[in-house]
Amino acid sequence: MSSPTDTAHGGTPRAPAPYMNPYLAGIGLGLVLLASYLAMGRGLGASGAFSSACAVVVGAVAPAHAAGNSFWQDYLQAGVGHPLKEWLVFEVLGVLAGGFLSGVIARRVRSVVEKGPRISTGGRFALALVGGALMGIGAKLARGCTSGQALSGGAVLSAGSWAFMLMVFAGAYGAAWFLRRQWR
Amino acid sequence: MNLPLFKFGAFGDEASLLVAFLIGIGFGFFLEQAGFGSARKLTGQFYFQDMAVFRVMFTAIVTALLGLFYLGWAGVVDLSMVYVSNTYLVPQIVGGLLLGVGFTIGGYCPGTSVVALATGKLDALVFVAGIFLGILAIGMAWPGLEGFASSTDLGRLTLPEVLHLPFGAVVFLVVLMALGGFWGAGALERRFADRDPADRGEEPS
Repeated sequence: MSSPTDTAHGGTPRAPAPYMNPYLAGIGLGLVLLASYLAMGRGLGASGAFSSACAVVVGAVAPAHAAGNSFWQDYLQAGVGHPLKEWLVFEVLGVLAGGFLSGVIARRVRSVVEKGPRISTGGRFALALVGGALMGIGAKLARGCTSGQALSGGAVLSAGSWAFMLMVFAGAYGAAWFLRRQWR
Repeated sequence: MNLPLFKFGAFGDEASLLVAFLIGIGFGFFLEQAGFGSARKLTGQFYFQDMAVFRVMFTAIVTALLGLFYLGWAGVVDLSMVYVSNTYLVPQIVGGLLLGVGFTIGGYCPGTSVVALATGKLDALVFVAGIFLGILAIGMAWPGLEGFASSTDLGRLTLPEVLHLPFGAVVFLVVLMALGGFWGAGALERRFADRDPADRGEEPS
């Protein structure tokens, strides 16, 4: 999972490749989104796949609770014969594969904790857990996340998606000052 | 041609899962190429130091929007069969704010956390665990939240309907807004470039 990046002992430099130009990456992403609309009539997503996986676990561990709860039932009744044989689950498995493929090509696959210079690893993990939980809650209330609502809904001019997108930026910028010591 | 293919029965449910996987590969590839497997790169957006999130996102929106607009205009794709999720205004405003705060706290969003996980970020693994905890909490609390989550249902509502403008006019406005935003993003970066720039994938020190 790691590649040497130090060149102190000579040899070929193996530094990670620079990131793609953001406009080129955006065009690539936009064409993938367009392909999804043209092939399927639907856009991209992410949080729905997490919900499907969560619902399957809840259904196995607490079947009585899951049976009486419309949130879990919606996900348990989806899919092609099984709740995990579901479109977004397969799409997110593809995201995992595509991200890995790109990371290998660019020599960016390595086991590391991404954090700012001023925060401990434990502190970073605690904030990652809290941030992830807020994401999960927010994405379910909004019926989608940055992929399903902001990006996909944005491209078909959904009014709710645009309201959602503005609020994501508002919330993120509003929290940035308080979190500046984590990142900068 | 009859597009969207799936809606016209070009392939079935089982094959659609393969299509999902292939589309996901493209999605993940470009997210990672853009640098979105890095929480420090992503959060640079919220400190005006690296506006890549805005640039990539709005370039993608404009690309897909122009594609759908022109292909719809040419009669190649039936836009009435393209899924537009219903607007639930207040839950989407509240959900968006929570998600935005979570973005700055956690450093990723759900899609980018998958790409970060794929490239070995351990903090992304914790973030994904957090997503599961959040979904578990809201799922268990759903009977009490369902009323709120289903409130202000405005149906399938689009910006041209809200603004009482033709589709093409709104497409033009979105393109103008994006171009203005790209210009502004560069100006903001130059103004806030006093501190360390976002990393290029090196190990954070």
